[in-house]
Amino acid sequence: MPRPGQEELAQRNRVNVGLETVTNQASTDFPGHWPGENHEWDLGYFRENFKVQFHTNAPLDSSFSLIGIDTSIANAFRRILLAEIPTVAIEYVYMKQNTSIIQDEVLAHRLGLIPLTADRKALSWMKWYKKPTDEDPGSGSPSDYNTLMLTLDKKCEWQEGGLDRAARGETDPERLYKNHNIYARDLEWHKFGQQVEIWGDGEGLRAVHPDILIVKMRPGQEISMQLHAIKGIGQDHAKFSPVATASYRLLPTIDILKPIVSADAKKFARCFPKGVIGLEPVTAEDAKKDPELRGKEGEAKAVVKNAMRDTVSRECLRHPEFADKVKLGRVRNHFIFRVESTGQWNSDELFLESVKLLKIKCQKVRRGLDEMMK
Amino acid sequence: MPTQTQDTEMHDPTVLQATDGMDFEDDGDGVLDRDRIRVLPGATDTAASFQFEKEDHTLGNALRYIIMKNPDVEFCGYSIPHPSEEKMNLRIQTYDGVNVYTVLEKGLDDLMDMCDIIIDKFTVARDEFDEKLKQAS
Repeated sequence: MPRPGQEELAQRNRVNVGLETVTNQASTDFPGHWPGENHEWDLGYFRENFKVQFHTNAPLDSSFSLIGIDTSIANAFRRILLAEIPTVAIEYVYMKQNTSIIQDEVLAHRLGLIPLTADRKALSWMKWYKKPTDEDPGSGSPSDYNTLMLTLDKKCEWQEGGLDRAARGETDPERLYKNHNIYARDLEWHKFGQQVEIWGDGEGLRAVHPDILIVKMRPGQEISMQLHAIKGIGQDHAKFSPVATASYRLLPTIDILKPIVSADAKKFARCFPKGVIGLEPVTAEDAKKDPELRGKEGEAKAVVKNAMRDTVSRECLRHPEFADKVKLGRVRNHFIFRVESTGQWNSDELFLESVKLLKIKCQKVRRGLDEMMK
Repeated sequence: MPTQTQDTEMHDPTVLQATDGMDFEDDGDGVLDRDRIRVLPGATDTAASFQFEKEDHTLGNALRYIIMKNPDVEFCGYSIPHPSEEKMNLRIQTYDGVNVYTVLEKGLDDLMDMCDIIIDKFTVARDEFDEKLKQAS
Protein backbone atom coordinates (compact mmCIF):
# COMPACT_ATOMS: atom_id res chain seq x y z
CA MET A 1 0.00 0.00 0.00
CA PRO A 2 1.82 3.13 -1.16
CA ARG A 3 1.87 5.94 1.35
CA PRO A 4 3.25 9.42 0.75
CA GLY A 5 6.37 10.45 2.69
CA GLN A 6 6.28 12.34 5.97
CA GLU A 7 7.22 15.63 4.32
CA GLU A 8 4.53 15.33 1.66
CA LEU A 9 1.94 14.41 4.29
CA ALA A 10 2.90 17.39 6.45
CA GLN A 11 2.54 19.66 3.44
CA ARG A 12 -0.89 18.25 2.62
CA ASN A 13 -2.00 18.76 6.19
CA ARG A 14 -0.96 22.38 6.20
CA VAL A 15 -3.65 25.03 5.92
CA ASN A 16 -1.97 28.13 4.45
CA VAL A 17 -2.86 31.44 6.07
CA GLY A 18 -2.19 34.39 3.79
CA LEU A 19 -2.75 38.09 4.39
CA GLU A 20 -6.33 37.94 3.16
CA THR A 21 -6.80 34.35 2.06
CA VAL A 22 -6.82 30.91 3.56
CA THR A 23 -5.95 28.10 1.14
CA ASN A 24 -5.75 24.32 1.18
CA GLN A 25 -8.54 24.02 3.76
CA ALA A 26 -10.17 20.76 2.65
CA SER A 27 -8.78 17.39 3.65
CA THR A 28 -7.80 15.12 0.76
CA ASP A 29 -7.19 11.80 2.49
CA PHE A 30 -9.84 9.91 0.53
CA PRO A 31 -9.45 6.98 -1.88
CA GLY A 32 -9.35 8.21 -5.45
CA HIS A 33 -8.06 11.68 -4.68
CA TRP A 34 -4.36 11.05 -5.12
CA PRO A 35 -3.53 8.76 -8.08
CA GLY A 36 -1.91 5.50 -7.04
CA GLU A 37 -2.45 6.09 -3.33
CA ASN A 38 -4.71 4.12 -1.07
CA HIS A 39 -6.47 6.14 1.58
CA GLU A 40 -8.86 3.42 2.64
CA TRP A 41 -9.95 3.48 6.30
CA ASP A 42 -7.31 1.48 8.14
CA LEU A 43 -7.80 0.89 11.86
CA GLY A 44 -4.18 -0.12 12.43
CA TYR A 45 -2.91 3.00 10.68
CA PHE A 46 -5.25 5.16 12.76
CA ARG A 47 -4.19 3.47 15.99
CA GLU A 48 -0.55 4.13 15.14
CA ASN A 49 -0.97 7.73 14.06
CA PHE A 50 -3.63 9.11 16.38
CA LYS A 51 -2.14 10.89 19.40
CA VAL A 52 -3.48 12.69 22.46
CA GLN A 53 -1.42 15.28 24.33
CA PHE A 54 -2.61 16.89 27.53
CA HIS A 55 -1.80 20.53 28.30
CA THR A 56 -3.89 21.18 31.43
CA ASN A 57 -6.33 19.03 33.31
CA ALA A 58 -8.35 20.70 36.05
CA PRO A 59 -11.92 19.67 36.92
CA LEU A 60 -13.39 22.88 35.50
CA ASP A 61 -10.91 23.52 32.70
CA SER A 62 -8.90 21.12 30.62
CA SER A 63 -6.96 21.48 27.41
CA PHE A 64 -5.58 18.73 25.21
CA SER A 65 -4.55 18.07 21.63
CA LEU A 66 -6.03 15.42 19.39
CA ILE A 67 -3.57 14.77 16.59
CA GLY A 68 -4.41 12.74 13.52
CA ILE A 69 -8.20 12.92 13.28
CA ASP A 70 -10.42 14.57 10.71
CA THR A 71 -12.36 17.78 11.32
CA SER A 72 -15.69 15.97 10.90
CA ILE A 73 -14.87 13.70 13.85
CA ALA A 74 -13.41 16.43 16.08
CA ASN A 75 -16.42 18.61 15.35
CA ALA A 76 -18.79 15.78 16.23
CA PHE A 77 -17.19 15.59 19.69
CA ARG A 78 -17.39 19.35 20.13
CA ARG A 79 -21.05 19.38 19.14
CA ILE A 80 -21.87 16.50 21.50
CA LEU A 81 -20.03 18.27 24.34
CA LEU A 82 -22.14 21.39 23.86
CA ALA A 83 -25.55 19.94 23.21
CA GLU A 84 -25.96 16.25 23.92
CA ILE A 85 -24.39 15.27 27.23
CA PRO A 86 -27.14 15.16 29.85
CA THR A 87 -27.01 17.17 33.06
CA VAL A 88 -29.48 17.94 35.81
CA ALA A 89 -30.96 21.43 36.12
CA ILE A 90 -34.04 23.03 37.64
CA GLU A 91 -36.89 22.82 35.15
CA TYR A 92 -40.11 23.37 37.14
CA VAL A 93 -40.64 26.00 39.81
CA TYR A 94 -43.86 25.94 41.82
CA MET A 95 -44.20 29.32 43.54
CA LYS A 96 -46.23 29.29 46.71
CA GLN A 97 -45.22 32.79 47.65
CA ASN A 98 -43.09 35.43 45.98
CA THR A 99 -43.41 38.94 47.30
CA SER A 100 -39.85 39.83 46.32
CA ILE A 101 -39.14 42.46 43.71
CA ILE A 102 -38.25 39.87 41.05
CA GLN A 103 -41.18 38.64 38.96
CA ASP A 104 -42.06 34.94 39.14
CA GLU A 105 -40.94 34.09 35.61
CA VAL A 106 -37.65 35.98 35.90
CA LEU A 107 -36.88 34.32 39.22
CA ALA A 108 -37.74 30.89 37.78
CA HIS A 109 -35.40 31.53 34.86
CA ARG A 110 -32.56 32.55 37.20
CA LEU A 111 -33.04 29.38 39.23
CA GLY A 112 -32.92 27.24 36.09
CA LEU A 113 -29.52 28.62 35.13
CA ILE A 114 -27.83 27.70 38.44
CA PRO A 115 -25.32 24.88 37.79
CA LEU A 116 -26.04 21.98 40.13
CA THR A 117 -23.84 19.09 41.10
CA ALA A 118 -24.03 15.87 43.06
CA ASP A 119 -22.47 12.46 43.23
CA ARG A 120 -21.88 11.40 39.57
CA LYS A 121 -22.96 7.80 40.05
CA ALA A 122 -26.21 8.86 41.66
CA LEU A 123 -26.90 11.37 38.89
CA SER A 124 -26.28 8.82 36.16
CA TRP A 125 -28.88 6.60 37.82
CA MET A 126 -31.52 9.22 37.01
CA LYS A 127 -33.91 8.56 34.14
CA TRP A 128 -35.44 10.99 31.65
CA TYR A 129 -38.50 12.90 32.74
CA LYS A 130 -41.22 12.62 30.10
CA LYS A 131 -43.21 15.83 29.69
CA PRO A 132 -46.96 15.51 30.09
CA THR A 133 -48.90 14.96 26.86
CA ASP A 134 -52.61 15.12 26.10
CA GLU A 135 -52.68 11.59 24.68
CA ASP A 136 -51.27 9.93 27.79
CA PRO A 137 -53.04 11.10 30.97
CA GLY A 138 -50.61 9.29 33.28
CA SER A 139 -47.54 10.94 31.76
CA GLY A 140 -45.57 13.78 33.25
CA SER A 141 -45.86 12.75 36.87
CA PRO A 142 -42.63 13.40 38.74
CA SER A 143 -41.12 10.39 40.49
CA ASP A 144 -38.00 9.62 42.49
CA TYR A 145 -36.17 8.21 39.44
CA ASN A 146 -36.67 11.30 37.24
CA THR A 147 -37.02 14.29 39.51
CA LEU A 148 -34.91 15.85 42.24
CA MET A 149 -36.87 18.04 44.60
CA LEU A 150 -35.53 21.22 46.14
CA THR A 151 -37.18 23.90 48.22
CA LEU A 152 -36.40 27.53 48.78
CA ASP A 153 -38.26 29.11 51.68
CA LYS A 154 -36.95 32.41 52.98
CA LYS A 155 -38.50 35.37 54.67
CA CYS A 156 -36.72 38.68 55.16
CA GLU A 157 -37.14 40.28 58.58
CA TRP A 158 -35.71 43.06 60.71
CA GLN A 159 -32.76 42.15 62.88
CA GLU A 160 -33.16 42.66 66.57
CA GLY A 161 -32.82 46.40 67.09
CA GLY A 162 -32.49 46.91 63.37
CA LEU A 163 -35.42 49.25 63.22
CA ASP A 164 -33.82 51.52 65.82
CA ARG A 165 -30.52 51.49 63.99
CA ALA A 166 -32.33 52.42 60.78
CA ALA A 167 -33.96 55.31 62.59
CA ARG A 168 -30.52 56.47 63.69
CA GLY A 169 -29.42 56.54 60.08
CA GLU A 170 -27.81 53.11 59.64
CA THR A 171 -27.97 52.05 56.00
CA ASP A 172 -25.86 48.88 55.93
CA PRO A 173 -28.30 46.02 55.16
CA GLU A 174 -26.02 43.56 56.97
CA ARG A 175 -26.76 45.41 60.22
CA LEU A 176 -30.48 45.88 59.62
CA TYR A 177 -32.10 42.78 58.12
CA LYS A 178 -32.12 39.01 58.28
CA ASN A 179 -32.28 36.91 55.07
CA HIS A 180 -32.02 39.92 52.80
CA ASN A 181 -29.69 38.15 50.36
CA ILE A 182 -30.70 34.72 49.09
CA TYR A 183 -27.87 32.67 47.64
CA ALA A 184 -27.65 29.42 45.70
CA ARG A 185 -26.48 27.70 48.92
CA ASP A 186 -29.92 28.32 50.42
CA LEU A 187 -31.45 25.76 48.05
CA GLU A 188 -32.45 22.78 50.12
CA TRP A 189 -32.53 19.33 48.62
CA HIS A 190 -35.00 16.71 49.85
CA LYS A 191 -34.36 13.14 48.82
CA PHE A 192 -37.31 10.80 48.67
CA GLY A 193 -38.19 7.25 47.66
CA GLN A 194 -35.31 5.29 46.13
CA GLN A 195 -33.07 8.35 46.22
CA VAL A 196 -32.49 7.80 49.95
CA GLU A 197 -30.81 4.49 49.21
CA ILE A 198 -29.09 5.42 45.92
CA TRP A 199 -27.52 8.61 47.21
CA GLY A 200 -26.58 7.10 50.54
CA ASP A 201 -24.58 9.41 52.76
CA GLY A 202 -22.61 10.90 49.86
CA GLU A 203 -22.77 14.52 48.93
CA GLY A 204 -26.25 15.52 47.92
CA LEU A 205 -27.55 17.84 45.23
CA ARG A 206 -26.12 21.33 45.62
CA ALA A 207 -25.10 24.38 43.64
CA VAL A 208 -21.59 24.24 42.15
CA HIS A 209 -21.04 27.85 43.23
CA PRO A 210 -22.79 28.42 46.55
CA ASP A 211 -22.36 32.21 46.37
CA ILE A 212 -24.60 32.89 43.37
CA LEU A 213 -26.99 35.65 44.44
CA ILE A 214 -30.55 34.67 43.53
CA VAL A 215 -32.62 37.51 44.95
CA LYS A 216 -32.39 40.48 47.35
CA MET A 217 -35.25 41.15 49.74
CA ARG A 218 -36.40 43.66 52.33
CA PRO A 219 -38.38 43.09 55.58
CA GLY A 220 -41.83 41.69 54.88
CA GLN A 221 -40.85 40.10 51.60
CA GLU A 222 -40.93 36.35 51.33
CA ILE A 223 -40.25 33.60 48.84
CA SER A 224 -41.47 30.05 49.17
CA MET A 225 -41.26 27.56 46.36
CA GLN A 226 -40.76 23.95 45.36
CA LEU A 227 -38.28 23.27 42.58
CA HIS A 228 -37.99 20.19 40.40
CA ALA A 229 -34.66 19.43 38.77
CA ILE A 230 -34.68 16.97 35.87
CA LYS A 231 -32.20 15.46 33.45
CA GLY A 232 -31.98 17.21 30.09
CA ILE A 233 -29.62 18.06 27.22
CA GLY A 234 -28.22 21.30 25.86
CA GLN A 235 -30.17 20.87 22.63
CA ASP A 236 -33.35 21.48 24.62
CA HIS A 237 -32.09 24.39 26.74
CA ALA A 238 -28.63 25.90 27.25
CA LYS A 239 -28.97 25.45 31.03
CA PHE A 240 -28.54 21.70 30.48
CA SER A 241 -25.26 22.16 28.61
CA PRO A 242 -22.48 20.57 30.71
CA VAL A 243 -19.87 23.03 29.51
CA ALA A 244 -19.36 26.76 29.84
CA THR A 245 -17.61 26.35 26.53
CA ALA A 246 -16.03 23.58 24.52
CA SER A 247 -13.98 24.63 21.53
CA TYR A 248 -11.02 23.65 19.42
CA ARG A 249 -8.49 25.48 17.28
CA LEU A 250 -5.90 24.18 14.86
CA LEU A 251 -2.23 24.25 15.83
CA PRO A 252 -0.66 27.39 14.29
CA THR A 253 2.61 27.12 12.38
CA ILE A 254 5.17 29.85 11.69
CA ASP A 255 7.90 29.16 9.14
CA ILE A 256 10.68 31.71 8.94
CA LEU A 257 11.89 31.34 5.34
CA LYS A 258 14.70 33.90 5.41
CA PRO A 259 16.54 35.05 8.54
CA ILE A 260 15.15 38.07 10.38
CA VAL A 261 17.86 39.84 12.39
CA SER A 262 18.63 42.73 14.77
CA ALA A 263 16.02 45.52 14.88
CA ASP A 264 13.74 43.67 12.49
CA ALA A 265 13.84 40.63 14.75
CA LYS A 266 12.58 42.66 17.72
CA LYS A 267 9.82 44.17 15.60
CA PHE A 268 8.95 40.70 14.33
CA ALA A 269 8.67 39.34 17.87
CA ARG A 270 6.32 42.18 18.77
CA CYS A 271 3.94 41.08 15.98
CA PHE A 272 3.13 37.95 18.00
CA PRO A 273 1.87 37.28 21.52
CA LYS A 274 4.54 36.94 24.22
CA GLY A 275 6.55 33.72 24.12
CA VAL A 276 5.84 32.83 20.50
CA ILE A 277 8.98 34.31 18.95
CA GLY A 278 12.33 34.23 20.74
CA LEU A 279 15.55 36.11 20.02
CA GLU A 280 18.81 34.20 19.77
CA PRO A 281 22.27 35.48 18.86
CA VAL A 282 23.52 34.56 15.39
CA THR A 283 26.28 31.98 15.83
CA ALA A 284 29.40 31.64 13.73
CA GLU A 285 27.93 28.45 12.30
CA ASP A 286 24.75 30.25 11.15
CA ALA A 287 26.88 32.92 9.49
CA LYS A 288 28.89 30.29 7.66
CA LYS A 289 25.76 28.48 6.41
CA ASP A 290 23.68 31.44 5.32
CA PRO A 291 25.27 34.16 3.15
CA GLU A 292 22.66 36.66 4.40
CA LEU A 293 23.96 36.27 7.95
CA ARG A 294 27.61 36.79 7.04
CA GLY A 295 29.27 39.30 9.31
CA LYS A 296 26.27 39.43 11.64
CA GLU A 297 27.57 37.15 14.39
CA GLY A 298 26.26 38.08 17.80
CA GLU A 299 23.24 40.03 16.54
CA ALA A 300 19.72 38.92 17.50
CA LYS A 301 17.90 36.49 15.23
CA ALA A 302 14.19 35.67 15.41
CA VAL A 303 13.34 32.03 16.12
CA VAL A 304 9.99 30.32 16.69
CA LYS A 305 9.79 29.32 20.36
CA ASN A 306 6.21 28.23 20.87
CA ALA A 307 3.85 28.37 17.90
CA MET A 308 0.99 26.94 19.96
CA ARG A 309 0.59 30.25 21.79
CA ASP A 310 0.13 32.17 18.55
CA THR A 311 -3.29 33.62 17.82
CA VAL A 312 -2.61 33.83 14.04
CA SER A 313 -3.37 37.55 14.01
CA ARG A 314 -1.43 37.86 10.71
CA GLU A 315 0.06 41.14 11.98
CA CYS A 316 3.52 40.18 10.69
CA LEU A 317 2.20 39.90 7.13
CA ARG A 318 1.13 43.55 7.17
CA HIS A 319 4.77 44.69 7.27
CA PRO A 320 6.44 44.60 3.83
CA GLU A 321 9.84 43.72 5.33
CA PHE A 322 8.43 40.40 6.67
CA ALA A 323 5.99 39.55 3.90
CA ASP A 324 8.30 37.22 1.94
CA LYS A 325 10.32 36.05 4.93
CA VAL A 326 7.60 34.26 6.85
CA LYS A 327 4.86 31.74 6.10
CA LEU A 328 1.92 31.28 8.43
CA GLY A 329 -0.28 28.25 8.54
CA ARG A 330 -2.17 25.75 10.65
CA VAL A 331 -1.98 21.98 10.96
CA ARG A 332 -5.26 20.58 9.68
CA ASN A 333 -5.32 17.46 11.80
CA HIS A 334 -4.00 18.90 15.08
CA PHE A 335 -6.95 20.01 17.24
CA ILE A 336 -6.24 21.89 20.45
CA PHE A 337 -9.38 21.29 22.47
CA ARG A 338 -10.42 23.38 25.42
CA VAL A 339 -13.23 22.08 27.60
CA GLU A 340 -14.55 24.16 30.48
CA SER A 341 -17.06 22.24 32.55
CA THR A 342 -19.80 23.95 34.55
CA GLY A 343 -19.11 21.57 37.43
CA GLN A 344 -21.49 18.64 37.15
CA TRP A 345 -18.84 16.59 35.33
CA ASN A 346 -15.06 16.82 35.26
CA SER A 347 -13.80 18.26 31.99
CA ASP A 348 -11.79 15.18 30.99
CA GLU A 349 -14.75 12.89 31.78
CA LEU A 350 -16.89 15.08 29.55
CA PHE A 351 -14.74 14.41 26.52
CA LEU A 352 -14.78 10.66 27.17
CA GLU A 353 -18.55 10.86 27.52
CA SER A 354 -18.82 12.64 24.17
CA VAL A 355 -16.89 9.83 22.46
CA LYS A 356 -19.12 7.27 24.15
CA LEU A 357 -22.21 9.15 23.00
CA LEU A 358 -21.04 9.17 19.39
CA LYS A 359 -20.58 5.43 19.64
CA ILE A 360 -24.05 5.03 21.11
CA LYS A 361 -25.46 7.11 18.25
CA CYS A 362 -23.85 4.67 15.81
CA GLN A 363 -25.24 1.71 17.73
CA LYS A 364 -28.74 3.17 17.66
CA VAL A 365 -28.58 3.74 13.91
CA ARG A 366 -27.11 0.28 13.47
CA ARG A 367 -30.07 -1.20 15.33
CA GLY A 368 -32.43 0.88 13.21
CA LEU A 369 -30.75 -0.37 10.06
CA ASP A 370 -31.04 -4.00 11.21
CA GLU A 371 -34.71 -3.42 11.99
CA MET A 372 -35.27 -1.91 8.54
CA MET A 373 -33.51 -4.78 6.76
CA LYS A 374 -35.72 -7.41 8.40
CA MET B 1 -69.19 20.08 33.13
CA PRO B 2 -67.80 16.57 33.56
CA THR B 3 -64.48 17.55 32.03
CA GLN B 4 -64.03 20.17 34.70
CA THR B 5 -64.53 17.76 37.54
CA GLN B 6 -61.89 15.59 35.94
CA ASP B 7 -59.53 18.53 35.81
CA THR B 8 -59.82 19.13 39.52
CA GLU B 9 -58.93 15.49 40.14
CA MET B 10 -55.79 15.85 38.07
CA HIS B 11 -52.49 14.90 39.57
CA ASP B 12 -50.87 17.64 41.63
CA PRO B 13 -47.36 18.08 40.18
CA THR B 14 -45.90 19.09 43.52
CA VAL B 15 -46.80 15.68 44.92
CA LEU B 16 -43.91 13.37 44.13
CA GLN B 17 -44.23 9.63 43.64
CA ALA B 18 -41.88 7.28 45.38
CA THR B 19 -41.31 4.06 43.44
CA ASP B 20 -39.75 0.74 44.34
CA GLY B 21 -36.62 -0.16 42.38
CA MET B 22 -38.44 -0.93 39.14
CA ASP B 23 -36.43 -1.42 36.02
CA PHE B 24 -37.74 0.02 32.78
CA GLU B 25 -36.65 1.07 29.34
CA ASP B 26 -35.08 4.48 28.98
CA ASP B 27 -34.12 5.20 25.40
CA GLY B 28 -33.74 8.95 25.80
CA ASP B 29 -34.85 10.45 22.51
CA GLY B 30 -38.15 8.54 22.27
CA VAL B 31 -37.52 7.25 18.74
CA LEU B 32 -38.30 3.60 18.08
CA ASP B 33 -35.51 1.65 16.39
CA ARG B 34 -37.63 0.87 13.34
CA ASP B 35 -38.41 4.60 12.81
CA ARG B 36 -34.80 5.68 13.15
CA ILE B 37 -33.83 5.25 9.54
CA ARG B 38 -35.70 4.87 6.23
CA VAL B 39 -34.77 4.57 2.57
CA LEU B 40 -35.98 7.39 0.36
CA PRO B 41 -37.79 6.47 -2.89
CA GLY B 42 -35.72 5.67 -5.97
CA ALA B 43 -33.13 3.49 -4.28
CA THR B 44 -31.21 0.77 -6.09
CA ASP B 45 -28.66 -1.70 -4.77
CA THR B 46 -25.77 0.62 -5.60
CA ALA B 47 -27.33 4.02 -4.97
CA ALA B 48 -29.62 5.02 -2.13
CA SER B 49 -30.59 7.95 0.06
CA PHE B 50 -31.27 7.28 3.71
CA GLN B 51 -33.25 9.50 6.01
CA PHE B 52 -32.18 9.53 9.66
CA GLU B 53 -34.63 10.63 12.33
CA LYS B 54 -33.41 13.05 15.06
CA GLU B 55 -29.85 13.23 13.71
CA ASP B 56 -27.88 16.28 12.57
CA HIS B 57 -24.40 17.36 11.45
CA THR B 58 -22.89 15.54 14.43
CA LEU B 59 -23.50 12.10 12.99
CA GLY B 60 -24.03 13.24 9.39
CA ASN B 61 -20.59 14.67 8.77
CA ALA B 62 -18.77 12.00 10.78
CA LEU B 63 -20.55 9.23 8.89
CA ARG B 64 -19.98 10.96 5.55
CA TYR B 65 -16.23 11.11 6.26
CA ILE B 66 -15.89 7.48 7.25
CA ILE B 67 -18.00 6.25 4.30
CA MET B 68 -15.96 8.35 1.87
CA LYS B 69 -12.90 6.51 3.24
CA ASN B 70 -14.32 3.32 1.69
CA PRO B 71 -12.77 2.68 -1.76
CA ASP B 72 -15.99 0.97 -2.97
CA VAL B 73 -17.86 4.25 -2.62
CA GLU B 74 -18.24 6.50 -5.63
CA PHE B 75 -20.10 9.26 -3.81
CA CYS B 76 -21.27 10.03 -0.31
CA GLY B 77 -22.86 13.23 0.93
CA TYR B 78 -25.34 14.36 3.54
CA SER B 79 -27.81 17.20 3.91
CA ILE B 80 -30.30 18.57 6.36
CA PRO B 81 -33.24 19.41 4.07
CA HIS B 82 -34.96 21.80 6.45
CA PRO B 83 -33.63 23.34 9.68
CA SER B 84 -36.93 22.98 11.56
CA GLU B 85 -37.22 19.26 10.87
CA GLU B 86 -34.96 16.97 12.86
CA LYS B 87 -34.04 14.90 9.81
CA MET B 88 -30.76 14.16 8.10
CA ASN B 89 -30.42 12.69 4.60
CA LEU B 90 -27.41 10.64 3.60
CA ARG B 91 -26.76 9.72 -0.04
CA ILE B 92 -24.47 6.82 -0.93
CA GLN B 93 -23.49 5.69 -4.42
CA THR B 94 -21.19 2.73 -4.85
CA TYR B 95 -19.17 1.24 -7.68
CA ASP B 96 -20.56 -1.78 -9.56
CA GLY B 97 -21.58 -4.79 -7.56
CA VAL B 98 -21.24 -3.25 -4.10
CA ASN B 99 -24.35 -3.03 -1.97
CA VAL B 100 -25.03 0.34 -0.31
CA TYR B 101 -26.39 -1.29 2.83
CA THR B 102 -23.16 -3.14 3.52
CA VAL B 103 -21.28 0.11 2.90
CA LEU B 104 -23.42 1.93 5.46
CA GLU B 105 -22.98 -0.91 7.93
CA LYS B 106 -19.22 -0.86 7.45
CA GLY B 107 -19.20 2.91 7.94
CA LEU B 108 -21.02 2.61 11.27
CA ASP B 109 -18.74 -0.20 12.41
CA ASP B 110 -15.60 1.73 11.44
CA LEU B 111 -16.83 4.79 13.31
CA MET B 112 -17.46 2.71 16.43
CA ASP B 113 -13.98 1.12 16.20
CA MET B 114 -12.52 4.61 15.89
CA CYS B 115 -14.37 5.73 19.04
CA ASP B 116 -12.90 2.79 20.98
CA ILE B 117 -9.36 3.74 19.99
CA ILE B 118 -9.94 7.40 20.87
CA ILE B 119 -11.27 6.42 24.30
CA ASP B 120 -8.26 4.14 24.94
CA LYS B 121 -5.65 6.65 23.82
CA PHE B 122 -7.30 9.55 25.61
CA THR B 123 -7.52 7.64 28.88
CA VAL B 124 -3.86 6.59 28.68
CA ALA B 125 -2.69 10.14 27.86
CA ARG B 126 -4.72 11.64 30.70
CA ASP B 127 -3.54 9.12 33.28
CA GLU B 128 0.08 9.68 32.24
CA PHE B 129 -0.38 13.44 32.48
CA ASP B 130 -2.02 13.24 35.91
CA GLU B 131 0.73 10.90 37.12
CA LYS B 132 3.41 13.30 35.92
CA LEU B 133 1.70 16.20 37.67
CA LYS B 134 1.48 14.20 40.89
CA GLN B 135 5.18 13.36 40.78
CA ALA B 136 6.12 16.96 40.06
CA SER B 137 4.19 18.31 43.04
